[in-house]
Amino acid sequence: MSVAVREAPVVKPDAPAAVNDFAINVATANGSGSQTSNGVLLRALFKMGIPINGKNLFPSNIQGLPTWYIIRLSKDGFLARREITDIQVCMNGRTVAEDMERAAPGGIVIYDDSLPIANKRNDVTYYGMPVKDLVKEAKLPHALRDYVANMVYVGVLAELLGIEPAEIEAALLHHFEGKEKAAGLNMEMVNRAIDWASVHVGHHDGYRIERMTGFNEGKILVDGNTAGALGALAGGLSLASWYPITPSSSLAESIEKYAPALRTDPDTGKATVAVIQAEDELAAIGMVVGAGWTGARAMTCTSGPGISLMSEFAGLAYFAEVPAVIWDIQRMGPSTGLPTRTSQGDIHAAYYLGHGDTRHVVLFPANPAECFEFGRIAFDLAEELQTLVFVLSDLDLGMNAHISEPFAYSDAPFRRGKVLSAEDLEERQGSWGRYMDVDGDGVAYRTLPGTRHNMAAYFTRGTGHNEYGYYSERPDDWEQNLERLKRKFETARQLVPRPVLEEVEGAQVGIISLGSNHDGVDEARARLAATGLSTNYLRLRALPIDESVRRFIEENRTVFVIEANSDGQLHAILTTEEPAHALKLISMAKCDGLPLSARYIVEQVQEALEEELI
Amino acid sequence: MSTRTRADAAARRAARPAKTNRIGLEKTSYRGRPSTLCKGCGHDSISQRIVNAAWEMGLDQTQVVKLSGIGCSSKTPAYYLGWSHGFNSLHGRMPSVATGAVIANSSLEVIGVSGDGDTASIGIGQFKHAVRRNLPLIYIVENNGVYGLTKGQFSATADEGQFLKYQGVNDLPPLDICMEALTANATFVARSFAGDPKQLEALLKAAINHRGIAVLDIVSPCVTFNNHDTSTKSYGFGRANEIRLHDLNFVPEFEEIEIEDYEDELEVELHDGGSIVLKKIDPDHDPTDRTAAYNVIQQSLDEQKLITGLLYINEGEPTLTELLNLTDTPLTHLPDERLRPSREALEGVMATLA
Repeated sequence: MSVAVREAPVVKPDAPAAVNDFAINVATANGSGSQTSNGVLLRALFKMGIPINGKNLFPSNIQGLPTWYIIRLSKDGFLARREITDIQVCMNGRTVAEDMERAAPGGIVIYDDSLPIANKRNDVTYYGMPVKDLVKEAKLPHALRDYVANMVYVGVLAELLGIEPAEIEAALLHHFEGKEKAAGLNMEMVNRAIDWASVHVGHHDGYRIERMTGFNEGKILVDGNTAGALGALAGGLSLASWYPITPSSSLAESIEKYAPALRTDPDTGKATVAVIQAEDELAAIGMVVGAGWTGARAMTCTSGPGISLMSEFAGLAYFAEVPAVIWDIQRMGPSTGLPTRTSQGDIHAAYYLGHGDTRHVVLFPANPAECFEFGRIAFDLAEELQTLVFVLSDLDLGMNAHISEPFAYSDAPFRRGKVLSAEDLEERQGSWGRYMDVDGDGVAYRTLPGTRHNMAAYFTRGTGHNEYGYYSERPDDWEQNLERLKRKFETARQLVPRPVLEEVEGAQVGIISLGSNHDGVDEARARLAATGLSTNYLRLRALPIDESVRRFIEENRTVFVIEANSDGQLHAILTTEEPAHALKLISMAKCDGLPLSARYIVEQVQEALEEELI
Repeated sequence: MSTRTRADAAARRAARPAKTNRIGLEKTSYRGRPSTLCKGCGHDSISQRIVNAAWEMGLDQTQVVKLSGIGCSSKTPAYYLGWSHGFNSLHGRMPSVATGAVIANSSLEVIGVSGDGDTASIGIGQFKHAVRRNLPLIYIVENNGVYGLTKGQFSATADEGQFLKYQGVNDLPPLDICMEALTANATFVARSFAGDPKQLEALLKAAINHRGIAVLDIVSPCVTFNNHDTSTKSYGFGRANEIRLHDLNFVPEFEEIEIEDYEDELEVELHDGGSIVLKKIDPDHDPTDRTAAYNVIQQSLDEQKLITGLLYINEGEPTLTELLNLTDTPLTHLPDERLRPSREALEGVMATLA
């Protein structure tokens, strides 16, 4: 066995030991099994009670290209991406040089000692791991060697930082769904690495992990796509049709995974939900529109390129007033863009999707619990408003695991909206108009195909129609219909989830943001408050905006609109819809494919302060 | 020459009890709104055949949906079965809308109408995938080889060498809808002619009772843009060149009809009741034989003949809804409590995430 010598840094970190408060960056090659080792690390830390978040920065590739996994530990519960890397794990020869540079002064670099190492810095502690030797000694089946090699760094980190081996073992069992043999093989590698590290590495003085309480109790560790799938299944989903696209595929696959347990009819043993992998995104949304029109709760999930393809059907659903739900797990556009990088670049596309005058209801979940909730209520809104509802998640929220409140069970009746039954029609003596605004809220009554009444039928079309659904090119019919659709959109303002407000006495600077930016905003506000700048915060959860957004802008001197795209799309929408306050709105749009960090927000706000913008 | 007057006829009609079908409805109940297509359009004859077939079968129109894409053909669902819900959807996308409707409510009888542009050009992908899934759907293609609503452009089924006033000569070979259906594993492939009402009605009735997808490619002349005799989609060509593979009769299960024995007669039992009886004219064609179907289609292409009839049928393949193993009660009829997990089931999943 090769012997690694602990190389003491010339510059010892002066800072006190960081306990449960640092970031680990693991650099591996895609497809090398690092998802298992990183997932196991994250879960073990979660089970030790430590507030953590893991962000997977992966390439658009099956095998070979570099992948980074960033684990943030924060005893205070700040879980945004941290721009500083305290501990760097290097397992990828192609990137080892730049990876080693990433470690902050005083930090640690752990590397596979077979990698080509160039210059070492003198402000970092290095530990070379004899990965090849340890794997060889474990005498594992040949086919598995590459996959378990990553368990070496899990063991070394465990020994170095103090991760409890029992939690690693439990996490492995969880990962392999109770299969003891697979978990055991991996654990053997972890144990060998721990043994080696106990001799050659020892515990680190600067960084420690200690079991803690007060944060993770009662919580779950889950990604937003799983949460959305569970929410949809809980909300009466009858048809999910989809076409594979990163980063939304795992949402559909989660529906497939959980449907047997959640949606098998206990009386008959048959399915109460269908999942169809369509031939393309046009067919996927077409099926949703067909099912929604027939009276079933249906959804599709996709990402930017799929949204582009769904545009024509989105306009049809809006104009023919068919309930439908589209989940957009946003990735970086334009075009194919960065398929495996996060973004909030589809806000405009979703809000206005379709030709002519079209606006849609758009929901912005910020965490898995909201993905679950919106997965359910998106159907209520779609059916109540008889329209298309978007749920805009993103890659960071959708594919990365987050600590979340457990999902609340609801047996509230589904809100099906205005649907006339055969009995209702009998009472009205068959007199009704599909697009007639009887109640003044812009939402007309519909009937479902199969309603056993000879006055139930109407003709659905994307062409001009009058109140009875008959084809019409009359200017007055056209204008009245669009006016009613506008009234309906006003009704939508009252029905969509309200913004979440956090207001501070005396604060005059506001922040409006949405979705997965929350972690970054939350931490930035705390840091700004520490410098004496307190801020108010409105987390938008839906479009169209309601009255509270206007009030928020009115009440603040300046409002930063923070979003992860390049053009400041939400800023543009707010400017358009609240033109009287447009000059108060400052766009803070960041578009580099990475989840927003607190540092970026703090620096931008401070810069603006210096420029006396606020 | 008749000596009876018009007034006599009206009086006789009034005196005669209205003819009703087995669910007590007159044929007029199966009509739709007045057609806005050109006078003499083949599509209107097909609409009339749909009315007749549905009435004679005693279909409950409230349990039928009519779907279409975009184009002249796709306007027609407004013109028949006025008590059925209709959806004039998007160009080439009727199959996906039908898929959603069928999954949502598997008890509905779904009739999709499309054209040659809607199916063979913009919609070829959705068409073939609906066929591949054996969607329980009657897929009618009103095939005239030309774009009507946009005023006379070639479609993908236009004949090679065909001349059109504004487009000149078409130098691309046509796609054959029956061939495309067959290669996508269609379980019911038929070709007919808008000018052959008896055969078309028998095929429509059989399609209604077929288990999976029934593709009917119906040559339906466009009187405005493509009805000259050199077009294989014209009335003149159809009348002169139609070759029926067989005489067709549909025998519904609710009627005991004695059919005289024929040599080379073939009876195919249909999944949803009734049977189609073929009296072979061409003794070589067996519509349960896929290879024979390919050969007939190739022959019609080679010889420029309109060979009509039931080209292929297979009642043995499961449909999409059967493969999905959905509840027998249509999903749209399930109450809330059967459409959501139990509290225990969700808590079970929560436990795996904790």
